[in-house]
Amino acid sequence: MVQAHRSGILGPPMSDILYLDHAATTPMRPEAREAMSPFLDGAFGNPSGIHSVSRFAKAALEESRERAAELLGSAHPLDVVFTGGGTESDNLGVAGPALASGGGVVTTAVEHEAVLETARFLARLGRTVGVVGVDPTGRVDPEAVVAEIGAETAVVSVMAANNETGVRQPVAEVVAAVRRLPRAPLVHSDAVQAFVSEAVTLDRLGADMITLASHKFGGPKGVGLLHVSRDVPLEPVLHGGGQEVGRRSGTHNVAGIVGMVAAMEASVRDRDRFRTDVAAVREEFETALEAAVPDVESTVPAEARLVQHSHFRVPGVDAETLLIRLDGLGVAASAGSACQSGALGLSHVLTAMGLDERAARSSVRVSFGWTSRPGDGRDAARAVAECVEALR
Amino acid sequence: MRALVAMSGGVDSSVAAALMLEAGHDVVGVTLKQWVGDDGSLPVTGCCTVSDAEDARSAANRLGVPYYVLDHVADFTREVVDRFGREYLAGRTPNPCIECNRRVRFGALFERMEPLGCDVLVTGHHARVDGEPGNRRLLRAVDRAKDQSYVLHMLRRDQLDRIHLPVGEMTKQQVRAHAGRLGLRTAAKPDSQDLCFVAGDYRDLIRRRFPEADRPGKIIDLDGTILGEHDGTTGFTIGQRRGLGVAVGEPRFVVSVDAEAGTVVVGPRRALASDGCSLGGVSWVAGWPPRDSAVLVQVRYRSDAVPARLVRAGDDWEVWFDEPQEAIAPGQAGVLYRGDEVLGGGTIARALQGAAA
Repeated sequence: MVQAHRSGILGPPMSDILYLDHAATTPMRPEAREAMSPFLDGAFGNPSGIHSVSRFAKAALEESRERAAELLGSAHPLDVVFTGGGTESDNLGVAGPALASGGGVVTTAVEHEAVLETARFLARLGRTVGVVGVDPTGRVDPEAVVAEIGAETAVVSVMAANNETGVRQPVAEVVAAVRRLPRAPLVHSDAVQAFVSEAVTLDRLGADMITLASHKFGGPKGVGLLHVSRDVPLEPVLHGGGQEVGRRSGTHNVAGIVGMVAAMEASVRDRDRFRTDVAAVREEFETALEAAVPDVESTVPAEARLVQHSHFRVPGVDAETLLIRLDGLGVAASAGSACQSGALGLSHVLTAMGLDERAARSSVRVSFGWTSRPGDGRDAARAVAECVEALR
Repeated sequence: MRALVAMSGGVDSSVAAALMLEAGHDVVGVTLKQWVGDDGSLPVTGCCTVSDAEDARSAANRLGVPYYVLDHVADFTREVVDRFGREYLAGRTPNPCIECNRRVRFGALFERMEPLGCDVLVTGHHARVDGEPGNRRLLRAVDRAKDQSYVLHMLRRDQLDRIHLPVGEMTKQQVRAHAGRLGLRTAAKPDSQDLCFVAGDYRDLIRRRFPEADRPGKIIDLDGTILGEHDGTTGFTIGQRRGLGVAVGEPRFVVSVDAEAGTVVVGPRRALASDGCSLGGVSWVAGWPPRDSAVLVQVRYRSDAVPARLVRAGDDWEVWFDEPQEAIAPGQAGVLYRGDEVLGGGTIARALQGAAA
């Protein structure tokens, strides 16, 4: 009889896995783990309290806030609102201003579900919601965004870069165009996917709010932040004890926050190297793949994407089948549009870009990250080519 | 050998996966996601629910085999759900499990087998396959009370070479005991009713999705006498006695439903009896029609097969029962057996009266 297998808490040995799904999540940076460890252990205090145990936790929390503010080029630490992750930050950044003002939202068809579903929620409340399409390269036209804005628009949300395709959006241009309006709405940008390789900060983009998620740049999961000026009126989406100056209630995830900020620091420090080295691995992958599978089609040109993202299809090869085959070889990639059940849905992003269902269902995302090494690109291309060969 | 195991989250398919592993094969577990609610979620009751997919995932984890959920929502919606509404309006009530097996599930699984590098398809159905490759037969399960050969009659003969039904050789009790030894949490899970959500609340489905198919109208007696009115035909199934809201001396049963006209015909119990039925879209898992016209026919999922004579009628077939049968429901499958062997089957087009031509 087969021994019932208790799935090990460690999972598969990472040394055996070729991990090509850094856009889904990336390994923790050692700096994060190290910074977190005291708070997983003795320093367990709740920062909201008057005694010494609380004070220590509070000090760590506020020190993290100051470091984060500095890394984000912000004038004031209170502009950093710690949240439970990217989804929560998007909810707060979109619903917050809309609920505070009674207004609606204008966003794009390629946003993450955290933004699109929040917009749909607002629509159910009777708010005006505008969704702007994109061109075949996945880019939104700033003028089209402006054209969608009405007197009732409270907030505009345009992502810095797309989580599936890696396509970068002209957020700064959107902001500039919006600011020319006599009554400009606020601008929010989901920079969850972009931050690891792009200096997407409020001052650089000119936006009012930016969403970041810790686990995409080497911090722990379940923590994120919304960078937002404390002058921006926000209705909280979580109601309770009034932490984060009333903007986000709930006992602070001290270990998570400390870990996130340590990872952020490491990530910002490592960004130039990342942009060079990871881009080289990605190029190595694309060059090798084109050589091995000449009919491979890139969804958009490399210069439109984040340096770490590859997004392509092999005509006639179903993405789901290819990914399962790759998994069988110990290669972890994705299509970027998995639903809760793990099944691949039809990507709303690719549909918005005008891909037909067949092309969309052939599209695969390969994303590299801070642990990617020279040779990974070549190995990845070899694995994809092997699977394509077997499927033809 | 590498087996593609269709895992439903139930105890049978979990044990089927375990048996393949124990026999030394590689196993890949899959669940077909076939339905999403209006909000994109998986249904919470019936086949392919959220908890079923999680049970399947948990079983696969425990067995240490890879597991994937494959998206077949579009096919299922088109081929089963939408078709169900059209068929209902045309006066037939299909068995959605059979339509799903015929039009979606097996096609998808056999098609994916090779691309996923698998040599054999394994399901947890209670039925058996025996014989040598090229000459296989589909048989009833060892556990007759759990037999599911009825819903497999549409398999093609060549597909029998590539399918393996390991739990069909076991009793349900043995299956549960095996699951218990493996520590599978599905060991004590109640049996599904073999009904997916479409069947479970098909009336709701029609009302929600095809409101135009649930037409109000008259309840009439066999002789055309109007006995009353009703709010919609989906409230009635053939053979139903309760809830007709008509009072006449002798008990009345639903004899037929004309969904298009909105008419429900009722009659005395004897009017439910039919001498035979015609079958359309017949396929022969045995490879060809039997030479001997004496067969057994099963006209519902949960009923016994009864002796009958099989007669060709153009492209279709007629089945004449040795003894009249009650409540023949157009749209259900009529499956033909010789002893334990499934010969083939088709969809009941209509009930027949009189005698064979």
